[in-house]
Amino acid sequence: MRFLTDSKTLWLATGVGAVLVLASLAGWILKHRVKNDAGRATVANLNARIKAWWVMCLVFFLAMLTGGVGSLILFGLLSFWALREFITLTPTRRGDHRSLFWVFFVITPLQYVLVGLHKYGLAIILIPVYAFLFIPTRSALAGDPERFLERNAKIQWGLMICVYCVSHAPSLLGLEIPGYEGRNALLLFFLVAVDQVSDVLQYVWGKTLGRHRIAPSISPNKTWEGFLGGAVCAALLGTALWWVTPFKPWQALGMSLVIVIAGFAGGLTMSAIKRDRGVKDYGSLIEGHGGVLDRIDSLCFAAPLFYHLTRYYFAVR
Amino acid sequence: MMAGLLAGVARLLSGASIRWMDVAPDLRPRIYFANHTSHLDAVVLWSALPPEIRALTRPVAARSYWIRTRLRRYLSERVFHAILIEREGITRDTNPLPLILREMGERYSLILFPEGKRNPGPEVGEFKSGLFHLCRSRPDLELVPAYIDNLNRVLPKGEFLPVPLLSGISFGPPLRLLEGEPKAEFLARAREAVCRLKGS
Repeated sequence: MRFLTDSKTLWLATGVGAVLVLASLAGWILKHRVKNDAGRATVANLNARIKAWWVMCLVFFLAMLTGGVGSLILFGLLSFWALREFITLTPTRRGDHRSLFWVFFVITPLQYVLVGLHKYGLAIILIPVYAFLFIPTRSALAGDPERFLERNAKIQWGLMICVYCVSHAPSLLGLEIPGYEGRNALLLFFLVAVDQVSDVLQYVWGKTLGRHRIAPSISPNKTWEGFLGGAVCAALLGTALWWVTPFKPWQALGMSLVIVIAGFAGGLTMSAIKRDRGVKDYGSLIEGHGGVLDRIDSLCFAAPLFYHLTRYYFAVR
Repeated sequence: MMAGLLAGVARLLSGASIRWMDVAPDLRPRIYFANHTSHLDAVVLWSALPPEIRALTRPVAARSYWIRTRLRRYLSERVFHAILIEREGITRDTNPLPLILREMGERYSLILFPEGKRNPGPEVGEFKSGLFHLCRSRPDLELVPAYIDNLNRVLPKGEFLPVPLLSGISFGPPLRLLEGEPKAEFLARAREAVCRLKGS
């Protein structure tokens, strides 16, 4: 991994740092400007989010600096924590206890080990085939038929979204792209940057200009204005980042649009689950953002699509 | 130091979100009482307390469970400073009340599970009368209700391997035994205080 010595990396780190400094400055100015209580609460939440962004960017860069292993561990922990939040919210029964133990302590780590070893063929079927057959078997052995299908569907789904889908992000590091050797970490950066910036800009556009809600009973904050404004801006940013990727500018635009639309789908779908369970956030680990799954819900959907498109059109294996 | 380390591990593993609602942490002796669904309850509740309070708080726990292995004995004696009581076949001679009163003195707070044993169901079980007798001997003590959420899924009755779900602990506003309050009414009121924290 030539990540540290690459001059592109330094440019990116500088750019991200500059954006964060600007955001912190803006937050500081807003804090001294607001007059009413409601505004103060919004700005306090904004500042908490910005502070958390500093931490998240720092962690992400540290993980990338260590090369493959660091990123793998980071995404593995994210998966683990997201799954923890997911299963906490979905009622399982006593009979699922042993299945859950397997899910958390065997299947999840194994998936990341396979990704780390670049065992693409096995990593791609471990969860949808083998875990899919194993988990219901283990639950059936525990002998509780009540709501059996529903319980298994929940565990399956949690595993697919939180572990299988997320693991496609670090899988990018294993792709062999001609002429792009040793720089795959930048591809991971591209995915995460476009995805997360899209989230933030959709939030900003929605807060300022949002009028027409897309699915009010699912997510009151998602509006057409927010989605389109955020999507276009994030896609433009992705296009502007073409020089860190193996893509031509128009290809970077297309990839960004895929990431943004898939990310929107992820946010919406995971919101539907939250509404059903009657909660606002999956957790409370990241101040101002909610839980890990609230932060990476869009990545869950964007990562597999981005991975497969890149693999199909640009990689030799 | 061992205590701090263990409390940190317990907090990390249980992922417990801790809420103090209409009650503030306080160093004076109190009785913390909670619903009981898992062997981890005492450890997690104990680790949810701020360190300086934790050092002065002793769980009341079943002797038969906590002396069975060396590790448990070490933890209960050296780390939690648990007050171990008999659960089965209690006679006038083995009544745990004088022991508890003697052990807590004027200095220590207690962690108590008034249901007596772990309750597998979703509802909080009936409270045993121990809490009432304790309060009659020490009417000066504040009773702080706590509701422990989800730990029964982390480590259900009969399982030995925990799964890492996130649990939650809510502390609620303290209550006291009123003068002349009948036993049944007091126990119902105390149970209600725990139930009210559920889902909050």
